Amino acid sequence: MNARIGRLLLALALAYVVLIATTSYWQLWAAPSLDARRDNPRLVFRQLAIDRGRILSSDGRILAESVGHTANGRTIYRRRYPSGSLASAVVGYASIGASEAGVERAQDDVLSGASLNLGDGPGLIGTLAGRTVRGDDVVLTLSARLQEAATRALRRTHHRGAVVAIEPSTGRVLAMVTLPTFDPNLVDNGFATLLSRRDGVLLNRATQGLYPPGSTFKVVTAAAALDGGTITADTTFPGGSCITVFRPLCNASGEVAPNPNSLADALVQSYNTTFARVGQQVGRSALYDELLRFGFGSLPPFDYPTAQMTSSGVYTAPGRLAGRGTQLDVARVAIGQGGLLVTPLQMAEVVAAIANGGTMMAPHIVDRIRDRSGRLVVATVPQSLGRAVSATTAATLTAIMRRVVDEGTGQAAQLGGLEVAGKTGTAQTARRGLNDAWFIAFAPASAPRIAVAVVVEDTTDYGGVIAAPVARDVIRELLGGG
Amino acid sequence: MIGRLRTPRNRELVNLLLVAAITVSGFLAVFVARDNAVSTVSLTYAGLFLAPYAAAHLFLRVVLPAADPYLLPCAALLSAIGEIEIYRIDPVLARTQSLWVGVGIVVLVVVVRLFDDPRRLEALRYTAGVAAVLLLLATVVLGTSVNGARLWIRVGSFQIQPGEFAKVLLVVFMAGYLRVNGEVLTHPTRRVLRVGIPALRHVVPLVALWGAALVLLVAVNDFGSSLLYYAVFLAMLYVATGRPLYVGGGIAAATVGGAAAVRGAAHVRERIDTWIDPWRTARGSGYQIIQSLYSIADGGVFGSGFGRGFVLIGHDTVIPAASTDFIYSVIATETGLAGAAGLLLVYLVVVFRGLKIASVADDTFTKLLAAGLAFALGFQAFVIVAGVTKLLPLTGITLPFVSYGGSSVVANFGLLGLLLCASARANRLEGRG
Repeated sequence: MNARIGRLLLALALAYVVLIATTSYWQLWAAPSLDARRDNPRLVFRQLAIDRGRILSSDGRILAESVGHTANGRTIYRRRYPSGSLASAVVGYASIGASEAGVERAQDDVLSGASLNLGDGPGLIGTLAGRTVRGDDVVLTLSARLQEAATRALRRTHHRGAVVAIEPSTGRVLAMVTLPTFDPNLVDNGFATLLSRRDGVLLNRATQGLYPPGSTFKVVTAAAALDGGTITADTTFPGGSCITVFRPLCNASGEVAPNPNSLADALVQSYNTTFARVGQQVGRSALYDELLRFGFGSLPPFDYPTAQMTSSGVYTAPGRLAGRGTQLDVARVAIGQGGLLVTPLQMAEVVAAIANGGTMMAPHIVDRIRDRSGRLVVATVPQSLGRAVSATTAATLTAIMRRVVDEGTGQAAQLGGLEVAGKTGTAQTARRGLNDAWFIAFAPASAPRIAVAVVVEDTTDYGGVIAAPVARDVIRELLGGG
Repeated sequence: MIGRLRTPRNRELVNLLLVAAITVSGFLAVFVARDNAVSTVSLTYAGLFLAPYAAAHLFLRVVLPAADPYLLPCAALLSAIGEIEIYRIDPVLARTQSLWVGVGIVVLVVVVRLFDDPRRLEALRYTAGVAAVLLLLATVVLGTSVNGARLWIRVGSFQIQPGEFAKVLLVVFMAGYLRVNGEVLTHPTRRVLRVGIPALRHVVPLVALWGAALVLLVAVNDFGSSLLYYAVFLAMLYVATGRPLYVGGGIAAATVGGAAAVRGAAHVRERIDTWIDPWRTARGSGYQIIQSLYSIADGGVFGSGFGRGFVLIGHDTVIPAASTDFIYSVIATETGLAGAAGLLLVYLVVVFRGLKIASVADDTFTKLLAAGLAFALGFQAFVIVAGVTKLLPLTGITLPFVSYGGSSVVANFGLLGLLLCASARANRLEGRG
């Protein structure tokens, strides 16, 4: 009987070994994946215990902050957005249960203190010991004042749309407006409602919205032509109202281009017929190279969540970008149609590069990171992305774009005493009779401090009529002038 | 001189002092975590909790000096860890629990007084068996339902869980029954297809009482206890007869019965589905086990420390039923793998001591009794820990000495008393200290 009792002990001992193995499995092997699961309440708890850093505008406006209140000896922090919807698409949200977006997401490690070294502060060990983790503050390049002006100007159109303003010499994003937008304070309790809205309030049109660029793209076509060396600003082309490329390709409103007309004149008056010819002459391959130099075809090197950005370029199907070998309707691409779709950020980069003498600067929204006592932790160093066009070409384009505002399609952007350079665009949309109206501009033309891209969705007006005044107001807010 | 000091009771005292040190530091840790201050109140709690053990130790010194020196300290350690976690969850529950520990010690004392020679119980085997079935029957008739299982009877402001007591009584019955009939079951005279089958009259009382118990348990959806009772039944049958036929047949019958239940009963099938993939019903029936796994995973190797784990949200526990069924998960959170494995090893020590008592005992009844009780305790802990770690489908059953619950604590102290009696007798006979 004792042998059987021994076997009973053995059986139970084995069963207990299995229990210890199972517990080890959960605690050692499966722990990281269990810990990261969205429905694990520890996630919420850990987030609530963090005193997230603030997000501030360059002019000191608090865009996001954490407010703590103490109960039962534990301090819990909630995120507040004192400026409401002002820069909500840029700032994003850090919500319990609704994930994160915008700078809140891109700078999560900084804001939540996760990037702190253990030696620097409480870090992970501190969290475990119940101490509060304090994240660093993020100061943006965005100016609240300019952002307000841009929002006001775009609102006045009563249309959806977007505005992006960049400092050409550095790539600092000075303003980024998308309409309609949302109040991030509502995300915690009303995320489902925001998600279900048909007008896409959570979409950042400036970085995600894809629009045909229309005639604003002629700047890129002209750059490719001028850089190629065989065409100059004075090279002339035949006139007329239409040419035939597969089917008729005509000037806006049936306008007849004079015969002959120069490249410069064609850009000032925005003749489609001439630029279709220019595109054909430049050729598919050279135009494609120009696109790549301006950053089309891939996500912009922008310090913003990649999930909230879209690549600009020629789309052969939804979500599919044309490659080098793809057949393009080069005449229509040259006038900003033919499957070409761009984000307002991309067009702002284009116009900023021309303003900056042809050199592209990486756009960035984070100016610097400070610790809670105000000491600088790290500052963003402007980064060059290389030359998009030659300095000569940039100067030529600047001169022509000055004429666009002075005497061409962009006269609504004139500001007394200020040299504004710009280009209008009016792209037909799938909805009959409605256009996406564009204006890209920079000022002052001789020493540019701001480059702006404006898009106004689904309007019956031309870009020179409805989008140019928006750009003008943004420039005026920064530089003054009548 | 040294040799004289190494008596079982002195060893027990040393072990208990170790447990006392753990208990005091555990309560202190919870207090520091809660209020950032050391307070004498925590020491009062520890003292209140330890006092009954001191009393039990003194009592054993006088009445049962030869009893096993590890059982009481193990029980004290288990209940101390349980008490600390219960206190950490809800101090009011902890006060009640320490009261029940006191009652449990009283029951232990009474058991030891009555049955210091455990063989006296043999005559009471049918009384015990019938009492056990009546207790379970009472649960069916008078029981109140909690969480879909009818395990409790309300008496005044108390809730009694008769199943915990019936477990001990059935082991007593079985030990007595097998002592008398074991020989017939081992070497049956009748043969069917060359396999020995015992005569019906030797089997009927055994099968009738255990069968009734199992049917009643299944009737109240107490699958944890059903599994426990069945396993104890087979284990004791095996120890008494040594016939693999009974064990094999028993396991086969249980498999067939279980499969039929899964096919036939929707609530059994739901339980199995929840076991296989709890995330499919993460907000429903899967919620508890998911929270349990999250808590266990959170503990890591060394845990958060007593009082520092993510156990409470406000006044609610993160895992429902954290102080009863899921106390192991809470311990795993706060003491990590080290603490959880340590806890399981303490159970193994109890099982080992119990089975050692069984092997040393010179009479069949004491052997069977000790083996049955030790196995029952060890297997009960296995069932619930396997449940909360998703090794087996989850069943509601207490972790002996650790879970909150008066019936469980009191019944298990009764069980401990019987084991102590058995050990004292065995040790006396062996003539060693």
